[in-house]
Amino acid sequence: MRDIHTTGNVLNLTRRSFLRVSASAGGLLVSLYLDLPLAAQGGAKPKPKTYPPDAFVQIKPDGKILITVNRLEFGQGVYTSLPMILADEMDADWSHVMAELAPAADVYKDPLYGIQMVGGSGSIAHSFQQYREVGAKTRAMLVAAAAGQWKVAPDQCRTEASVVHGPSGQSAQYAELAQAAARQPVPATVQLKTPSQFRLVGKPVRRLDSRPKCDGSIKFGLDLDLPGMKTAVVARPPVFGGRVKTFDDKAARSIEGVREVFEIPLVRGTAMAVVADRFWTAKQARDRLKIDWDVSAVEHVGTEELSAKYKELARTPGNIAVNRGDQKAMDAVSPANQIVAEYEFPYLAHAPMEPLNTTIRFDGDRAEVWAGSQFQTVDQMAIAEVLGLKPEQVTFHTEMAGGGFGRRAVPDSHVQREAAAIAKRFRGTPVKLVWTREDDVQGGYYRPMHVHRVQIGIDHGGMPIAWRHVIVGQSIVTGTPFAALLIKNGVDETAVEGSADTHYKIPNFHVSAHHPTVNVPVLWWRSVGHTHSGFVMETLVDELATRAKMDPIAYRLKLLSPDAKKLRACLALLEQKSATWRKSVPRNHAVGIACHESFETGVACAVEVSIEDQRPRIHRATIAVDPGVAVNPLTIESQMQGGLGFGVTQLMAKGAITLKNGRVEQRNFDGYTPPYIKDVPVAVDVHIVPGTEKPSGCGEPPVPVIAPAVVNALAKLTGKRYRSLPLVSL
Amino acid sequence: METYKINVNGVSRQVTVDPGTPLLWVLREELKMTGTKYGCGIGACGACTVHLSGVATRSCVVPISLVGNRAVVTIEAMATDPLGRTVQDEWVSLDVVQCGYCQSGQIMSAVALLKSIPKPTDTEIEESMGGNLCRCATYVRIREAIKSASQQLKR
Repeated sequence: MRDIHTTGNVLNLTRRSFLRVSASAGGLLVSLYLDLPLAAQGGAKPKPKTYPPDAFVQIKPDGKILITVNRLEFGQGVYTSLPMILADEMDADWSHVMAELAPAADVYKDPLYGIQMVGGSGSIAHSFQQYREVGAKTRAMLVAAAAGQWKVAPDQCRTEASVVHGPSGQSAQYAELAQAAARQPVPATVQLKTPSQFRLVGKPVRRLDSRPKCDGSIKFGLDLDLPGMKTAVVARPPVFGGRVKTFDDKAARSIEGVREVFEIPLVRGTAMAVVADRFWTAKQARDRLKIDWDVSAVEHVGTEELSAKYKELARTPGNIAVNRGDQKAMDAVSPANQIVAEYEFPYLAHAPMEPLNTTIRFDGDRAEVWAGSQFQTVDQMAIAEVLGLKPEQVTFHTEMAGGGFGRRAVPDSHVQREAAAIAKRFRGTPVKLVWTREDDVQGGYYRPMHVHRVQIGIDHGGMPIAWRHVIVGQSIVTGTPFAALLIKNGVDETAVEGSADTHYKIPNFHVSAHHPTVNVPVLWWRSVGHTHSGFVMETLVDELATRAKMDPIAYRLKLLSPDAKKLRACLALLEQKSATWRKSVPRNHAVGIACHESFETGVACAVEVSIEDQRPRIHRATIAVDPGVAVNPLTIESQMQGGLGFGVTQLMAKGAITLKNGRVEQRNFDGYTPPYIKDVPVAVDVHIVPGTEKPSGCGEPPVPVIAPAVVNALAKLTGKRYRSLPLVSL
Repeated sequence: METYKINVNGVSRQVTVDPGTPLLWVLREELKMTGTKYGCGIGACGACTVHLSGVATRSCVVPISLVGNRAVVTIEAMATDPLGRTVQDEWVSLDVVQCGYCQSGQIMSAVALLKSIPKPTDTEIEESMGGNLCRCATYVRIREAIKSASQQLKR
């Protein structure tokens, strides 16, 4: 999704946003508002509109400063880092800053993507400037208010910790100035701080949401409890796209507390919904439903057959993603100096810890929604459509979410559509739709299965002179609003990112892709195409370094383009920080290296690995990251550690979703097993390249490096190159 | 439907539910104590961990009919438990949480570990925490926080 902001504006806002100030219960409210689309202007003066909640910052009379976060918080830390950015420019007293998650509203849309979302590691990257400007303008109005009272020039005043100080020792708290500041004009432009003036940005700041997440008091979407609320579970078809033929709900309805059993449409096929007073009751009732499914009209996918088909396809070039140099160069290389490598990657479920859920109350002419969504405005529109409402008639509360990793950013909003179809039958009663873990593991929307086939011609110096790379896998964005931006020449950029745009300088370079249509819903999985393309690139480059008998870091530096500034800086920092331990690993341990740039953030990683119980044991990892300005180094450290751990999912023995005759073979964490504590690096030291460039994201970039780094180490221990994931056996 | 009396965080509570209802759903839906989380329902992720007679237990696989008079202790009681409070403080101090959904269970497992082994080795930490999934993979910091809490206990 990285290129949306540079490739077009299909999803972009066509309206400009402006700040608005108002007095609010004795305080100051700074909001954004949007002007009308240009096409709508020029005629009659637009009617005043009742805007949805649109605040970005509120100064309360007691001095508390409430900052609105325009993104979902689901672990990545924006609940702390976005307020930091605003508070810094505002010179707010951080100990009085509180955060809240914004509801769905136009003003909270990503300034570049034009929908309200978390994705593409864009939260900080896209909202940095926005939050700085709001903070700086708010500060300017507070200063203007103070200067007016003291009859001094604003530039004679300075601010610190929510206090304006005047030239002759005057001082006033922001809360005291709030009312007067609300009457100030909003400055059109404002001077932002230079990096050396930052007081919060760049400093390690602890999360604002830690304590309630440690004492059980925080409420996730699944914890929501509203008066009269009912809970729904859904029996979905055993094969994607299947439909209910007949059903017998007698046994299900006989359970006390079951309120309704009925058929609902799905994005693909139909299903049976069970609504009860309690979750446990609904689940028991679902288990007793007898449903005869019609799955005759849909493809019954088998991953074994798919694998054979993909491998066959990979032998022919697909649609061209990049074609550089002369493809005849390969013919000049003798077979002895070529590598032909075939890789296979399985479907992967995101499996966020909090199962998917959405609560909706439909009141006929309005609806209220509570959901931990990465795509608030998209989901809001989908719900409105199902309920026959306009989006502005749907109040959408963003709930804290227990992970997501892409699973809550679904272009077709299938979970919300299900919830809306159910809520429609229960006018005036809130209904919480809950996906069980089984529903989640078996419910599709996986990282797509892929096969890569790469042929490399190596020159006498051991460097790749020719590279032909074919990628086979379903397109994620086909059929979604993202297709217009992200599909070029029949190639889905999210499938080839990380390979087609590699920073390695290979003179004759050809990458192409096939995107078969398969009856399995697919979705972006934290770091998207980089999960597989990064693995392919970094294991092959490592193999080349080994063949060339060169140090893996030195080889990468030699092969990288001079323009790959971030990766070069990361590798240099990694070299410096890991040199000592890399030289002294115990016998039977080996070191693996990988580096990869994604979402404009460079990452390089070294791991120490041994084999215990036929599994890789990762004793330590050192990671270097270049995110430009490091807004909150503590968050970045956590994201690096967690991102490496998340990437270990790819290496787990049971880290695959497989299908047989259209049915998903795994049901729960016993069959699809993400990493536990002993599976991830025991210790991870994180080093940040000092930077003053605009910040880039940190949620996804660590994910792609861990799997290749580990198998590069394993190759040293076993002599084998691991090209199929998961690592079922060593 | 049957009526049960259970002791939760030192308070006697009465609920009328189906005997097969897991303790997890009694806590969450009948007693409205939502700090204990549903993650898998098969005892494989540890998000629902509570203490049953002091033993870390997956409440999603314990039917209410089998709880009996054993004391149930949940995350909601940890802030007033001296060891629980210490563990929470270290969790906050080391910025352990990310999404936070699994952390109730992680903390309950960590407290049970430190109650039985005040100074655990890395292996003992891995064994005791080995059934608690964290998809954000906060494991490195969980390990540090347990060690740090252990240090506090020695004083």
